Amino acid sequence: MIVIELAKLLRRGRTWTSIGLLCALPAVVAVFLATTEISPPPGQGAAFLSAVLRAGTLYPAAALALVLPVFLPIAVVLVGGDSVAGEASAGTLRYLLIRPVGRTTLLVAKLVALTAFVVLAVALVAGTSLLVGIALFGVGDATTVLQPLPPAPDGSAPSGAGPPGSVTSLSGTTLTPEQLTLRLLGAMGYVTLSMLGLGAIALFLSTVTDSALGAALGALATLVTSQVLVTLDAAGAIRPYLPTRYWLSWVDFFREPLFLYDVQRGLVLQACYVLVFFAAAWANFSTKDITS
Amino acid sequence: MIVTKGLTKRYGARLAVDSVDLQVAAGDRYGFLGPNGSGKTTLVRMLLGLVYATSGEIELMGRPVPGRVAEVLPEIGALVEGPAAYPHLPGPTYLSLLEAAGPGRYRQGWKRRQRVAEALDRVGLAGIDRRPVRTYSLGMRQRLGLAGALLGQPKLLILDEPTNGLDPHGIREIRDLLVELNKAGTTVFLSSHLLAEVEQLCTRVGVVDRGRLVLQDDLAALQGPTGRVVVHSPDAAAAVTLLDGRVERRDGDRLVVRAVDPAALTARLVEGGLRVRGIREERRTLEDLVLELTAAGSDHIGESRP
Repeated sequence: MIVIELAKLLRRGRTWTSIGLLCALPAVVAVFLATTEISPPPGQGAAFLSAVLRAGTLYPAAALALVLPVFLPIAVVLVGGDSVAGEASAGTLRYLLIRPVGRTTLLVAKLVALTAFVVLAVALVAGTSLLVGIALFGVGDATTVLQPLPPAPDGSAPSGAGPPGSVTSLSGTTLTPEQLTLRLLGAMGYVTLSMLGLGAIALFLSTVTDSALGAALGALATLVTSQVLVTLDAAGAIRPYLPTRYWLSWVDFFREPLFLYDVQRGLVLQACYVLVFFAAAWANFSTKDITS
Repeated sequence: MIVTKGLTKRYGARLAVDSVDLQVAAGDRYGFLGPNGSGKTTLVRMLLGLVYATSGEIELMGRPVPGRVAEVLPEIGALVEGPAAYPHLPGPTYLSLLEAAGPGRYRQGWKRRQRVAEALDRVGLAGIDRRPVRTYSLGMRQRLGLAGALLGQPKLLILDEPTNGLDPHGIREIRDLLVELNKAGTTVFLSSHLLAEVEQLCTRVGVVDRGRLVLQDDLAALQGPTGRVVVHSPDAAAAVTLLDGRVERRDGDRLVVRAVDPAALTARLVEGGLRVRGIREERRTLEDLVLELTAAGSDHIGESRP
């Protein structure tokens, strides 16, 4: 069933349209940056944007920062919201279930397909932006320094520039290309996993309603609420439990030394959201009357 | 094949299906008749384990539903409330995905393609091209849905309004197909509000009205003689005199006569020197029966409903 769900995902025009748009946003930004060479003042704008002018190999990280807050979650919410409700409104859900496909099997396959979608989207965004970055900004050089960006929470002092061919981490020390690749992969993995909590919420809502749009909008409302509350000091008591609380912690992969406390908390939090909402989706779906 | 005992489904305050005892034997062509909104589709969904009953029991091929419905579903083909397919994919691709989703699937691609091709051929879509389903006509979608139901070479077909959207040729084709499958051993359970469809196809009939099964019998028994004979005669006036009080109604040269045997009546009329243009035994029609047993469908919103 998982193979079939993946085949359906890949044969769907919408999958490629949304990934195409996700890849297009960083490309557009890159073109503007490259033609005007006006970078956002250090410390403002998306992290890394001010640094990419001097190191194209950093551009995948900047691209992730661009799509992470809005575009990527919207794509995830659309695919997740469509997963069960879309089958219901097309009428194909009943035909799948009387094939028969077990209800639990179907849900697991849908979650796996959703994960595959996020992996694919993140990989393609990083891949295309790497090409765009190198094409427009060059590979980067030793003098690229990101010192003005916030230092690591542990306060390690930024040190000087590194050997040629390397790029500088957020804390100012230089990274070899191998280290950079590893850290970029780590950040991509973390961004992917960060989306799954929201995906599980969309999947759950998708089993509640027969309207794919309704499920997607519901999950989107959750996202917006969480984003608002994260910035609100008055909501400090619940902030550590909000699904988007640790989304930006992927930046920690570029600190030197690596400081992954928030990343770990973020992973645990996402795992909790996936577990809770997948269990809720399962409980609801496996006892539901299918009247679509 | 299908046995239900006291099957009931309640949606809030509304009783959709009310203690239905259904009995469908292997080899039947069972017509499940009822006005719109009388609970036909809900019952079909319960049979297939899509909707859970409020109370009552279902047994499909000897297995309890929904407890062990997964064991029998592979041998059942069904069409529930119209066909469905992914609109952006070609029909054969949809069937192939559906085939691959089932248990006991053929992992080899060519066997799957063969199965899909067979099913498409049976329903008259053998020459279908790669157009996406969204461009299909209603009739083509219906045929595609039937092909989906036939994929697993089922022993039991549960079909909800199978000829919906088909033209007269298509209806005849599908009817012939169902009779052929039935002769080869497939039990057919057909739910419909079209009397003619059931009359022409089925051997056994169940009539449902507002959730209750009000009739279940062999079609032949239901269509028994009424004890009246219809005579067409140019000498109708003379016939009324001759038959002396046995004529119930006269309408021009058409007479309705109380009599059991049309042959004896013919002999009597000819003996009396009267000409007979036509004569036949009057039989109960399914339509009369159903109209008598059921109220107007739930799509008729009048003030007269209780």
